[in-house]
Formats: sequence, C-alpha cells, structure tokens
Amino acid sequence: MVYLTRKAEFSASHYYHNPDFTPEENRRIFGKCNNPNGHGHNYTLEVTVKGDVDPRSGFVVDLKQLKEILNREVLDDHRFLNKEVPEFFTRIPTTENLAIAIWQRLAPKLKTAQLHRVRVYETQDLFVDFYGEV
Amino acid sequence: MFSASHRLHSEAMSAEENHSTYGKCNNPHGHGHNYALEVTVSGPVDEHTGMICNLVDLDNFVDREILERFDHQNLNTLSEFSGEVPTTENLCASIYEIVQEGFRHARLEKVRLEETMMNSFEYAGGAEIWK
Repeated sequence: MVYLTRKAEFSASHYYHNPDFTPEENRRIFGKCNNPNGHGHNYTLEVTVKGDVDPRSGFVVDLKQLKEILNREVLDDHRFLNKEVPEFFTRIPTTENLAIAIWQRLAPKLKTAQLHRVRVYETQDLFVDFYGEV
Repeated sequence: MFSASHRLHSEAMSAEENHSTYGKCNNPHGHGHNYALEVTVSGPVDEHTGMICNLVDLDNFVDREILERFDHQNLNTLSEFSGEVPTTENLCASIYEIVQEGFRHARLEKVRLEETMMNSFEYAGGAEIWK
C-alpha cells in the first residue's frame, strides 16, 4: 500500500449565506464572509490516493490520468462557487463542503487507486481534510 | 534532501508501451529530481532526555544510509533497481526498508518522499496511514 499525493491550485469566489437565517444571524455567524458580492481565495488542493504498486509499471496510479481527472472535475476554476457550481446552489460553499464536493466528484472517477484524503487549503493558515465518511 | 536521476523504463514492456506508460519519463538519457525525504518515527519519551530518540542518531543514520547511497546517483544503476523500475513509489518503499532494517532507536512509522512540489509519496510498510 503506497500513498500518492498530488497538489494543485485553483482560484474561486464565494460567500456564506443561509436563507433560513435572518440577515442579523447571517451577519453574526458568517461575519464578513456574508458579503453578497463574494470574495475569493487561492485554494490549494491535495488529493491523496492509495493502492498497491503495479509490479509492471511501478506506479500506484497513472499520474497523467489523475491530472486529467483533476483538470476536468475540479480545476476548471475562476468561478463564483455559489452561482456556477451546482453543488453550492443549495449548500453553503464553506471549505468543509468544498472538500466533500471534491471528494464526491473524484471518488467515482478513480479506477486503479482508491481515494484516501482530500485536503483543501483556503488560505495558508486554514485547511480541511475529508476522508470520505459523511 | 537528495538529488538523483532516473529513467522509467520496463524491460517487460514494448517500446510503445513504455512510451505510453511513462511518457517523457521514458527518455533514455534520464532526468533528475530533488527529492525531499521525511522520516517519521514514534516511541515513548525517555524520562531522562525528554526525547523519543536522539535526533543526531537519526540524522547520522539518514546521512550515512540514505543520502550517501542515493544523492547524486543514477537510480537505475543501483542494485535496488536492477529488476525494478525506479519510480518514486518503489524508491519510497526501498528507503522504508533500509530505515526499518537499520535504525534501532525508535519505531519507524512512515517515509514520505516529495518528488516535486506537486507530487509526493508515502509508505508505512504496507500499513494504512490515517493522518
């Protein structure tokens, strides 16, 4: 069992708002993240997959394929998450929910290796890990 | 940190299959990386020293057994890779085996090897890693 981690960066905007909360509650809970015009981050994504090393190739996963999947499913960036990414039409695009959404996009696409962890850095000081258990 | 070159090429594959599997890593002249190595050990904290193990011992072991062996080498020419493609998966496992066999001052948990800033590999002797 070997673990491979691929890092990537993407940039997107978002804001935090729950329509079930009053405007005061939204401001109190989400603070400046509640600004409806949105704000952005440079996100750093780390995707870790695990599996046995193929004795023929010496690879745990074909990195070309992994990069293609990442590019197609996640890295089409410069988006306003609330308005352009269907997962966040109803869910608040927190970094927690972003990590879950990325997991749900990637897990079914991986063939040879198994998804182990999705880590999303919102800033250098804050990251979320998701291991697939909802 | 150590620097080494390698070529990803399997004798068991045709030229076409080598090219499609390894892409530019199959270049017959080889290419190199600066590998960043992390060795994680665990153990009880010694009540006299306050340490799991003396870092000087760990540094000396890694210098002698890993860096001197792999730094500024062509990995394909080393005995570990005479019958195995020197992917970073396999290099990571080789380093784990060397530390596991030779370092006696603490328990080896895992080896993490960064091939580039974007790609890294971890091996814990086949065990699951949770963090």
